[in-house]
Amino acid sequence: MKEKFRRFMNEDNVVGHVFALPFIIGFFLITLIPMALSLYYSFTDYRLGNPISWIGFDNYTKLFADDRFMNAIKVTFIYVLTSVPLKLVFGLFVAYLLTRNIKGTTFFRSLYYVPSLIGGSISVALVWKEIFSKTGLINVLLSKLGGEPLSWYGDQKLVMIPLVLMSVWQFGSAMIIFAAGIKEIPKSYYEAAEMDGANKLQSFFHITLPMLSPIILYNLIMQTISAFMTFTQAYIITNGGPNDATNFYALYVYNQAFKFNSMGYASAISWVMLIIMGIVTLLIFKSSKSWVAVK
Amino acid sequence: MTNKKIKKIALYLFILILGLIMIYPVLWMISGSFKSDNEILSGSLNLIPKEFKDGNYSAGWAGFAGISFFTFFKNSFIVSSISTIATVLSSTCIAYALSRIEFKGRKFWFAVMLVTMMIPAQVILIPQFLIYNKLNLVGTYIPLVLPHFFGQAFFIYQIMQFMVSIPKELDESAIIDGCSKYSVFTKIIFPLLKPSIITTIIIQFYWKWDDFMGPLIYLNNPKTYTVSIALKLFADAGSSTSYGSMFAMSTISLIPVFLIFLFFNKYLVQGISTSGLKD
Repeated sequence: MKEKFRRFMNEDNVVGHVFALPFIIGFFLITLIPMALSLYYSFTDYRLGNPISWIGFDNYTKLFADDRFMNAIKVTFIYVLTSVPLKLVFGLFVAYLLTRNIKGTTFFRSLYYVPSLIGGSISVALVWKEIFSKTGLINVLLSKLGGEPLSWYGDQKLVMIPLVLMSVWQFGSAMIIFAAGIKEIPKSYYEAAEMDGANKLQSFFHITLPMLSPIILYNLIMQTISAFMTFTQAYIITNGGPNDATNFYALYVYNQAFKFNSMGYASAISWVMLIIMGIVTLLIFKSSKSWVAVK
Repeated sequence: MTNKKIKKIALYLFILILGLIMIYPVLWMISGSFKSDNEILSGSLNLIPKEFKDGNYSAGWAGFAGISFFTFFKNSFIVSSISTIATVLSSTCIAYALSRIEFKGRKFWFAVMLVTMMIPAQVILIPQFLIYNKLNLVGTYIPLVLPHFFGQAFFIYQIMQFMVSIPKELDESAIIDGCSKYSVFTKIIFPLLKPSIITTIIIQFYWKWDDFMGPLIYLNNPKTYTVSIALKLFADAGSSTSYGSMFAMSTISLIPVFLIFLFFNKYLVQGISTSGLKD
């Protein structure tokens, strides 16, 4: 009997499931069931402490008439479309500079990585808030250069700038991934190009960029997903204002759920978010077929 | 001077100035922790305070509502350490199953793992909160640490990438020697995963240390607050807290992250780049 049990436990099928068990349990417990519940709630008027009643598509139709929601989509897209490309271009540019034959590459790489390391922390968000405040560092610098101090957090047109800059400032992790990719490109490619009379710019566009395209795709998707979910910065620095100009999607979901206790409505918003992000990711993948080089 | 030399000097200058700009906000925060409120509010660009104010740290450390920052640091350490240990144990096991054992459904669960990496946290946040609320667990650390016992896709994937480099012959010869697949994991694979485990520890620890949304939603008693949430409340207290002590506590809160970075820089860079490479 014991022998039988021992043999059973050592079958690949059993061993595999034993080791994968945490993931399988977790998938049901903290992903699938919550998602199903969330889908169900999105068709209800659920508020904590109140009885639940089914209201069909009401939340979803309400969404499209909700100006604040439409605005949240708009500002989130503006944020994603400005911060992600800038961050990637900058990360790539600096990674490329640092792979040139210079001394102290490791030191500089660490230096540039510091903002990414601490950028998600509350401390940095609080500091950033002060830097762009009325009498903050940036305004002092502006007036020293002969300009007018600006009301960064009071002006709807300006408020996106500090937030986008904060994201671009954290280009370090994208840079490290790019740098690792650049290092893998065989030197002989560049030598051959040089022999054919290509200059540095040409070899960058015709060798470095195509060889890096799978990594660009990876960075693009990861950064896009995380930019869509931006919450902490907006919550701490602008709290969505002024006049909802930085009321990002994630912040709107949070406020609907935990401030206004509209759990059903917030669930509907988060499902629309999931669908939008799914479509965007899919579009990036589809488009990648035309610009990512296959190894 | 040749053209080439000028170009090189320009390159160095650019890299250096960029580095300074990058690090300036951090240095400004540290120097702010030694400045008086007047100096901070007048928007000084100086990194060296006009006059050293040394009371900011002790004033900040006293915290608020009679709870000192010692408590908040202790709480953050508890939450981050438990989560990190849980992530390492669960993610290595799962990675072992998915990359080394031929079991039914392996491909399926691998695909599921990749998909979960892309699900935005916000979508499951609300129902998760409602479940924990029903179980009366809101206000405890359980919602903050429990998910880590089920592995985390980002780390599972990274560990799997690393596991590819461990030769399969090692497993096979151990099995011929009479090892079970369980002891292959504990005696051979797990010890060999060391670099990958260190990367996981570092990244998970500082993610958890920085985490704001979790504590914001699940913690409601100031005694249980982690550093991130305490800092936010500390800053909100406005009139009663000084900017100097806010900067002082901000600086201290970054120390654990910086220490990890200094000591494990190599592993960190390796981990970040391998998780992005190899497809």
